[in-house]
Amino acid sequence: MLETLGNLGLGFSVALSPSILIYAFVGCLVGTLVGVLPGVGPLAGISLLLPATFGLDATRAIVMLAGIYYGAMYGGSTTSILMRIPGEAASVMTCIDGYAMARNGRGGAALALAAVGSYVAGTASVVGLMLLAPPLAEFALRFGPPEYLALLLFGLLVLAYMSSGSMVKSLAMAALGLLLGMVGIDQMSGYFRFAYGFVELGDGLGVVPVAVGLFGVAEILATAGKATPPNVIKPRLRQLLPSQTEWRESAAPIARGTVLGFLIGILPGSAHIISSFVSYALEKRLSRHPERFGQGAVAGLAGPESANNSATSGAFVPMLALGVPSGPIPAVMLAAMMVHGVSPGPLLIQQQPQLFWGFIASMYVGNLVLLILNLPLVGLFVNILRVPYPYLYPAILVFSILGVYAVNGSVVDVWIMLVMGLLGWVLRKLDFETAPIVLGVVLAPMIELSLRQSLAMSDGRYAIFVQRPISAVLLVLGVGLVLLNVYSSVRRSLDWRARLTLTEKGEEAR
Amino acid sequence: MRIDRASGVALVLLAAAVLEESWRLRLPLGTLATPGPAYMPAVLAAGLLAAGVLVAALSRSTATLGGAGWSEWRHSAAILATCAFVALALERLGYRLTIALACVVLLAAVERKPVLPALLFAAGLAGGTYYLFDTVLRVQLPRGPFGF
Repeated sequence: MLETLGNLGLGFSVALSPSILIYAFVGCLVGTLVGVLPGVGPLAGISLLLPATFGLDATRAIVMLAGIYYGAMYGGSTTSILMRIPGEAASVMTCIDGYAMARNGRGGAALALAAVGSYVAGTASVVGLMLLAPPLAEFALRFGPPEYLALLLFGLLVLAYMSSGSMVKSLAMAALGLLLGMVGIDQMSGYFRFAYGFVELGDGLGVVPVAVGLFGVAEILATAGKATPPNVIKPRLRQLLPSQTEWRESAAPIARGTVLGFLIGILPGSAHIISSFVSYALEKRLSRHPERFGQGAVAGLAGPESANNSATSGAFVPMLALGVPSGPIPAVMLAAMMVHGVSPGPLLIQQQPQLFWGFIASMYVGNLVLLILNLPLVGLFVNILRVPYPYLYPAILVFSILGVYAVNGSVVDVWIMLVMGLLGWVLRKLDFETAPIVLGVVLAPMIELSLRQSLAMSDGRYAIFVQRPISAVLLVLGVGLVLLNVYSSVRRSLDWRARLTLTEKGEEAR
Repeated sequence: MRIDRASGVALVLLAAAVLEESWRLRLPLGTLATPGPAYMPAVLAAGLLAAGVLVAALSRSTATLGGAGWSEWRHSAAILATCAFVALALERLGYRLTIALACVVLLAAVERKPVLPALLFAAGLAGGTYYLFDTVLRVQLPRGPFGF
């Protein structure tokens, strides 16, 4: 412990030097601005700005790229809250209650809570990263294909179990999302699947067009044509800050989201996305007022926002400790480190302690910079709500189209977004939740690959999933959730019959 | 028809469409040890089929399909049609011209706002976003035959 503190002192001596501070600030600022633009998420932001760091030394470059990463993660929540456009898939859950809060005149409070939640989660998870990196990374290495499949299925079941509507409907939407995720070239055999002759669909459906369509465009289609369009909101200065009740209601969700996000973040895959979905579901289940979720519940915003930012730090654990990236963004970061002559892995701490601990300390500093930068910007961003809706929604549509087009420079993505917008609008009318579709699209390639690898490993025996302890536990928990849901449905139905019988008896007695 | 019944039928039809497409493309199902490209879609289609039957059978809702509130469909169709125009014209007319035209249509024709503010708003939005993305962020946006 003393040695860790000593090392951290060394790190802070690096991170607090003026030149490093400037790069952390620039990284956070650029990241926030990039994250605010719909469609340009952290991955695109880091990839676009990577060449700009080639002239810097390794420490400055990594500190700046990390700043862009978590700046973009936070920036993504701004458009989600104010316009219901998820900058990237991890912000999907923020859209639901964050946007509802904004429409209730609490947009400033929502942005401030997101900033504070992100700061707390980011800082706390760096402590976790510092203390737990090596043992947690070793645990994550025990996950083979069967464990991943069990984990991913468990994530889907948790989301379905904790959704407000019917579990069957949520699972159907997850299955639909998984099927949409199968469109394109099969990774293992090279077969073209469900592309209906469109060569452009070879790479599959992107998460960004699907998420922006299902949330942003569907919202516009449902709202713009209403007889009474949404009111123009003119936030006052004191409304920009959360009330005491809102602070109180957000404390526990932020704490839970931080722990959950960090633990899920360590695991490979799109962890920050999964963590925000699971956190939302958890908060809804734990809430005394689950009916408020979707209507502007503070916990529905604070939990997922904290979880996705905490997962950001968690994702650095296997990357720094083992040199194994846990997703596409850490992979780009890893590539950036290698470009600068740094090889992450067990030897990094011993061979380049200044860089490792400077990076850790810069994450503390970066999170603080992000908070200082974003709280004053709340007042600026929230003015978007002053724009009358007939002028606001064409601008949102333009940003959605632009953001979706910018990812691959492809009009096909714009078409996908439009089809998903129409689908999302119809599904809202039919009382289906659309979030499981997005999660399904994200998880589909991982689930399919894990299933096929697991079956190849076991020579086609499904017993492999129950023979391995981690996957067995996860599957038992998942089945337990399904049974719990069936049990509560049966109990509700019996209650209804009992009430009806009593009513009938009462009528007969009269 | 009740909403849940209609949803159940739609899910069953979707599952059937997935199975039909897998069969039409002659995607190999593979074996248990080496599942083919049709294996997972077939499993998911079976799940979707079961979910469709359950949604229709366990329906407790009395809401009907017609009562789901489709009153805004004309407005929604107009917005979707404008977006479809953008998708079609983006790489032919160029970003700035397409977006400006789409905004004018949305504001002046769909929202019935005065033409002059609509024109100014459209020009500002198209020009401003082009400058931000193309010039500042170097995201290449399409230019049309007139250099726009």
